[in-house]
Amino acid sequence: MSRFTKSLIAVAGVSLCVSGAALANDLTIVSWGGAYTKSQIEAYHKPWMAKTGKSIVSEDYGGGIAEIKAQVEAGNVTWDVVDVELSDAIRACDEGLLETIDSSILPNAPDGTAASDDFLPGTLHECAVANIVWSSVYAYDKSKMANGPTTMADFFDLKKFPGKRGMRKAPKVTLEFALIADGVAAKDVYDVLSTEEGVARAFAKLDTIKDDVVWWEAGAQPPQLLADGEVVMSTAWNGRIFNAVAGEGKPFEIVWDGQVYDLDLWVIPKGSKNKDAALDFVAFSTATEQLAAQASWISYGPARKSSGALVGAYHDQPNLQMAKHMPTAAANLTNAVQNDFEFWADNNEQLNERFNAWLAQ
Amino acid sequence: MAMTETDTSAQMPITAADGTPLKKKLAQALFRSRVRAVGLVLPLFAFVMASFVIPILALMWQGVYNNTFAEYTPNLTEKLSVWDGVSQPTEDMFAALVVDLKTTRKDKTIGRIATRVNQELPGSRSLFTSSARKVGKLKPPFAESVVKMDEKWGEIEIWQAMKLTSQSLTPGFYATALDGRYTVDEGFVSQVESRQIYVKLFWRTMLISGTVMLLCLLLGYPVAYLLATLPLRYSNLLMIMVLLPFWTSLLVRTTAWIAILQSQGVINDLLVWIGVASDESRFSLIYNMTGTIIAMTHILLPFMILPLYSVMKTIPPSYMRAARSLGATPTLAFIKVYMPQTVPGVGAGGLLVFILAIGYYITPALVGGQDGQLISNMIAYHMQKSLNWSLAAALGGILLAGVLLLYWAYDRIIGIDNMKLG
Amino acid sequence: MAKLPPYTSTGEYIWHYTYRFICGLIFLFLILPILIVLPLSFNVEPYFSFTPGMLSFDPEAFSLRWYEDILRNGMAAPDEPLSWAWFSDTWNNGQWMRAIRNSFFIGICATLLSTALGTLAAIGLSRSEMPYRRMIMSILISPMIVPLVITAAGMFFFYSRIQLSQTYIGVIMAHAVLGTPFVIITVTATLVGFDKSLVRAASSLGAGPITTFRRVQMPLIIPGVVSGGLFAFITSFDEVVAVLFLASPEQRTIPRQMWSGIREQISPTILAVATLLVILSVILLTVLELLRRRSERLRGITPG
Repeated sequence: MSRFTKSLIAVAGVSLCVSGAALANDLTIVSWGGAYTKSQIEAYHKPWMAKTGKSIVSEDYGGGIAEIKAQVEAGNVTWDVVDVELSDAIRACDEGLLETIDSSILPNAPDGTAASDDFLPGTLHECAVANIVWSSVYAYDKSKMANGPTTMADFFDLKKFPGKRGMRKAPKVTLEFALIADGVAAKDVYDVLSTEEGVARAFAKLDTIKDDVVWWEAGAQPPQLLADGEVVMSTAWNGRIFNAVAGEGKPFEIVWDGQVYDLDLWVIPKGSKNKDAALDFVAFSTATEQLAAQASWISYGPARKSSGALVGAYHDQPNLQMAKHMPTAAANLTNAVQNDFEFWADNNEQLNERFNAWLAQ
Repeated sequence: MAMTETDTSAQMPITAADGTPLKKKLAQALFRSRVRAVGLVLPLFAFVMASFVIPILALMWQGVYNNTFAEYTPNLTEKLSVWDGVSQPTEDMFAALVVDLKTTRKDKTIGRIATRVNQELPGSRSLFTSSARKVGKLKPPFAESVVKMDEKWGEIEIWQAMKLTSQSLTPGFYATALDGRYTVDEGFVSQVESRQIYVKLFWRTMLISGTVMLLCLLLGYPVAYLLATLPLRYSNLLMIMVLLPFWTSLLVRTTAWIAILQSQGVINDLLVWIGVASDESRFSLIYNMTGTIIAMTHILLPFMILPLYSVMKTIPPSYMRAARSLGATPTLAFIKVYMPQTVPGVGAGGLLVFILAIGYYITPALVGGQDGQLISNMIAYHMQKSLNWSLAAALGGILLAGVLLLYWAYDRIIGIDNMKLG
Repeated sequence: MAKLPPYTSTGEYIWHYTYRFICGLIFLFLILPILIVLPLSFNVEPYFSFTPGMLSFDPEAFSLRWYEDILRNGMAAPDEPLSWAWFSDTWNNGQWMRAIRNSFFIGICATLLSTALGTLAAIGLSRSEMPYRRMIMSILISPMIVPLVITAAGMFFFYSRIQLSQTYIGVIMAHAVLGTPFVIITVTATLVGFDKSLVRAASSLGAGPITTFRRVQMPLIIPGVVSGGLFAFITSFDEVVAVLFLASPEQRTIPRQMWSGIREQISPTILAVATLLVILSVILLTVLELLRRRSERLRGITPG
């Protein structure tokens, strides 16, 4: 018994020491993992660490503001900078969970344009600064299909292209895809979706392929599903598919018709212990050169206009030019929808319930 | 000569060495040993209370008490509490609305009340956030100017939704958890059919857990019997095959099942090679209920085998031999003599497996696909993604009530004292 | 295998071997995923499936890259040559190295805590003079009964409010609470067979209660305590739900890292880690079995 007590006290002491000794220099930067985080490490983290001599701890998460909310409300914020989707950024800012970021701290473009003019419209917000434009698209394995699909309607056409489909297990983007495939014009998608008939129409279209869908939740799953042959086509985030093609030589092809593009932004949770370093990092990483550098690691569009001119080739394949693989390339924007964050902030809960009820039938 | 009974009762009570009556001494000693026993249990009891029972009670409280709205809109809450819910909102109410919208915009709490009302009336979130931006410029009479700013404020539904959310102590979350809605004017109504999902999930969870329990029993009983009756040197070696999966991480086993059961996986390749399935129409064994049941059975099987094994090991083999010698066939002897003795093990293992299966969320999350989801996935979803913590608490409360009921029934029938784990 | 008694009928004979065959199939079911994990961990492609190259035993399709990744993942400069700085880098920054350290640290602390408290409580509960025995026993076993997601959610809220969330102490406490029911159950089972007259004999010989406990009770219940402690350790080592809710990136354990490797990164490194753990478990179990046989031989008895 006495030996137990002694060891317990020792252990408690050690653990107190360990928990208290959080390295104060580390900046904790949280992102989505996989190829995307790697691109940020190469383009942002390493140069910043070299410039300031500080260190960065890079963490992965699955999205959503639950952890940020929990940390801020508990008063124990361990995340310094987080990469979030636009709707999450707006929601968190409205709930007072984020530090405000004044756009005057952001550096100018090389030709002197102020940051607020250089950033694409809608990318600078009260509490968030955008870094990339990414897109939800669908991809297929071209080694398995000689004449592949070309439109969103083809995704839902089981006769012409038999086989299983992969789709994200969430109503966001899935419902938009269904409406586009059903013939709704890109600019009208959210107007239609705001009505009860529109939602019913989207679900009816999804019903036509429901039995052949494999639902994915993590961004890294679609390339896995395609590589396994589990599905013949899958919706995915364009950068992940590109990395499977460029990095591992997989024969995947992206269909840009009906793409739904969105933004990712840096936010700083309120009460972060390294706020100044975090602001410095955000300003550094969204400078023109850094955004263009990231584009050489993954095919997401930089959020600044001036970066577009600097986008070059894939980092270890000089023949592979990145520009045409961006969501913002002119050829890819013919039938594109921009994600409407207000709509989803309002309706995500009820549409999610409806979506899950539909899945459960 | 023996002393008579009347003799002893007429004399003084028996005393201990120091003079106190023996009865009192005995009571003192009993009291001391009782205190010692309590003292041994107290540290763990306090620890479990503080770090387990109280957090869960706090969570359950969140399922019925949500003061987000009332906390940030004091004026409006006060006015809403006296409103009847059906008549037209008064000028006072509009004035209170304007005051509170201004305050919440300044304090950056508008998002919280907007989200809370949105839970009751979907689509109202943007109404709050956009109104909060414009409300600074409004002048009285507010009843007209607010409606002019946004006509939705003239609809009674938004006011009814606010009245509901202003009540901090509310049955609304439990109503939602049971596929209903709690309204101001009609009380409890059932949910729109396209959004009814929770009751179905509760049943599906019961079904899958029950199936897994039966499968575990079917597969675990023969193995436990073999292990209990083999000589120790062989049974220990075979036991390694039971303990090894038990010790391997749950996530790794689930991933392995993905590799085995997927369309291009081991089982399907084998079936195609034998000729049972054709190359185009392979069996769909994963990302559905089948995959969930197979994976969960595999993961929970050791929990069935170990209690059964420990009970079977204590059954003397002489009973079976005695039954045979009295003329019973082997089957009859087994059914009538051996099986009844294993009931505590079956009960312990079955209960353990069922309760673990009900609470599982990792395996269904990874392999469940669309129809292999359990209620705990929904709870986790509301905890982490939709951040509707009160609804998660309400769903958890119902789940907990069901489990405790089962546990109480088990305690009645078999008794937890008899649980063993080998 | 024991010889069948001479009075077995033909039907019984057939049944005997069919039964063994069925059990064999069930054992195969139990062990199949483990067997699959081993070759998959050598896959050269970052996916969880057998490539055609692997099925035809093409040496190009196999590689040790995931075993290297255990050391390399998270390092600041992974491509430097092997040197003291390299080892220090991987020890400090490697994500898997951190996870392995955390798992053992948290597991051992939680096991010590739960074993100590649980053993004491079991001894207290085994005394018949303990008031409200059944109710207290139910409460103490309840962490095993309550669905884990509810426990984790409740702890998440409560610990956040008292600033224990995202600390080592919070995770250790959570794991200790989850492990104590196992300790209580095993120690209680051992105590059922404990002869109470030994305690009375010891006190009649002049031993105080603590001496009696140390010298008489403990040695006899040690098997139960060790077995319970082992269960508690495994529970903590393999626990992922509570860690998902309660731990910060600093306290990531092996299962948490694996979860990330399945969802966010799809990295077969988890298969490499799992293979190593399986090999470790097999060695441990074999050593235990050999020790047991050796002690039997020394004592001259062979049970069965």
